[in-house]
Amino acid sequence: MTTLPAKTEKKLGLVIDLDTCVGCHACVISCKGWNTENYGAPLSDQNAYGADNSGTFLNRVHSFEVQPEGDAAAQLIHFPKSCLHCDDAPCVTVCPTGASYKRVEDGIVLVNESNCIGCGLCAWACPYGARELDQAEGVMKKCTLCVDRIYNENLPEEDRQPACVRTCPAGARHFGDLGDENSDVSKLVAERGGMDLMPEQGTKPVNQYLPPRPKDTIPESGPEFDVLAPFLEPVAEEPKGFLGWLDKTLEKL
Amino acid sequence: MHPAPSVIFFTTFSGLGFGLLFFLGLGYPAVTGWMAFAFFAIAYAMAVGGLLASTFHLGRPERAVKAFTQWRSSWLSREAWCAVGALVLMGLYAAGLVFFQTRIAILGILGAVMSLATVFTTSMIYTQLKTIPRWNMNITPVKFLSLSLAGGALFAGQVSIALVLLVIAGLVQVFTWVEGDKALAASGTDMATATGLGSIGKVRAFEPPHTGTNYLLREFVHEIGRKHSQKLRAISLILMVAVPFVLLILPFSHFFALLAVISHVAGVLTARWLFFAEAEHVVGLYYGKR
Repeated sequence: MTTLPAKTEKKLGLVIDLDTCVGCHACVISCKGWNTENYGAPLSDQNAYGADNSGTFLNRVHSFEVQPEGDAAAQLIHFPKSCLHCDDAPCVTVCPTGASYKRVEDGIVLVNESNCIGCGLCAWACPYGARELDQAEGVMKKCTLCVDRIYNENLPEEDRQPACVRTCPAGARHFGDLGDENSDVSKLVAERGGMDLMPEQGTKPVNQYLPPRPKDTIPESGPEFDVLAPFLEPVAEEPKGFLGWLDKTLEKL
Repeated sequence: MHPAPSVIFFTTFSGLGFGLLFFLGLGYPAVTGWMAFAFFAIAYAMAVGGLLASTFHLGRPERAVKAFTQWRSSWLSREAWCAVGALVLMGLYAAGLVFFQTRIAILGILGAVMSLATVFTTSMIYTQLKTIPRWNMNITPVKFLSLSLAGGALFAGQVSIALVLLVIAGLVQVFTWVEGDKALAASGTDMATATGLGSIGKVRAFEPPHTGTNYLLREFVHEIGRKHSQKLRAISLILMVAVPFVLLILPFSHFFALLAVISHVAGVLTARWLFFAEAEHVVGLYYGKR
């Protein structure tokens, strides 16, 4: 059934730290790699080495410039975006075949590819652009939260998390149960003021985004002491010796 | 939204076909034998042709029959059921008229109701999408139904009712344009809410995720089509309503009737192209586009 479960036992999802993300796109590549080689239809590319190349990606990193009011410096924010595994996922209820569903046990939104007719309506219904119709396979692809990694006992325990989280060199991505208020991810969201994307769309996304901290304002406690500051003082302000004499002589001319 | 020819043909011709079936089901015109055959052939060609066109935009058309399973939650699935129901009922009804010169009124009325239900469910596929504020309005089903009825009356040769319905459909169409132009702003979704960064300052798309294009941009962002939207609105309204209206009030001739029908179909196709090309999907905001 493509009706949504009234309640899921867990709310597995991602917490993405916009303060920490450096925009390296490593999560994009590791996602494409894992999900091409493992569960489901591979993520195809069209004309990969030509002029008008495009392909299916489950995770994309945008970059935004934010200009605060007044004369504060603009901030550049890298913004990874993948399926937010919404509680009220509009992509699930529009599906005519039952291929799209939300799992009761962990809240992951998945596509049963053998039932997908590729009508694209779920992608139309998603405000986040999280679903892409694979042009080679004709079926809808989306983030699975690496469902074939997180429960996979053939993998070492440290690898049992989504490929994007495992690979992030900056530690900007966190994976856990956002339905459990005592989980590390829930504590992080509470501490940092995690936010929903497009809350007015009423999708109740599980994934949370941590807002970037201001980068160019001096804290009210005063400027932070920099241990390197003494070494950065100018070493010779006035020339001395022969150069000093030459400087003065040339000035007089 | 990408104005895909398959979906434009589908919504236009299935709307007209089921509109014609509605009038035939109610017994207008009261035809039997070969005349009935001709009317039903035209109606089925448009309704079934439209439905077949819709399968061309499927990635996996061979699995289309699975779309009948989720009628409890999905408007697309409900549309599939209504369409098949209407076509079967009207097929039996047509067989009575064509082969036995007998009008089985109950079949016709049920078929007419199912025909309108098909158009309504089609409209709800678009209306339900909060992601496309221009479609997510109560007036959208009214627009689809009024156009389908006006076109149906025109094809059925019901001149006096067609005149009234054409004017209503035209007024509804203009109203959807006026309201639709305000819909995205009224939805409250903008780059600030899309990124959650609005509390810091003004958000500008700095760099897209890829140098090339992608499925999302091809499917949902169609800025170029809106360049001539005002001209196309005027053209579609003239072709869809004004020309058929004038041709219908002239003394009746089959040639004028044919012209009226052709003009109406061309106008609906233009309006339907705009319906898709003008629709802004909120995902475009992540790309700094609409």
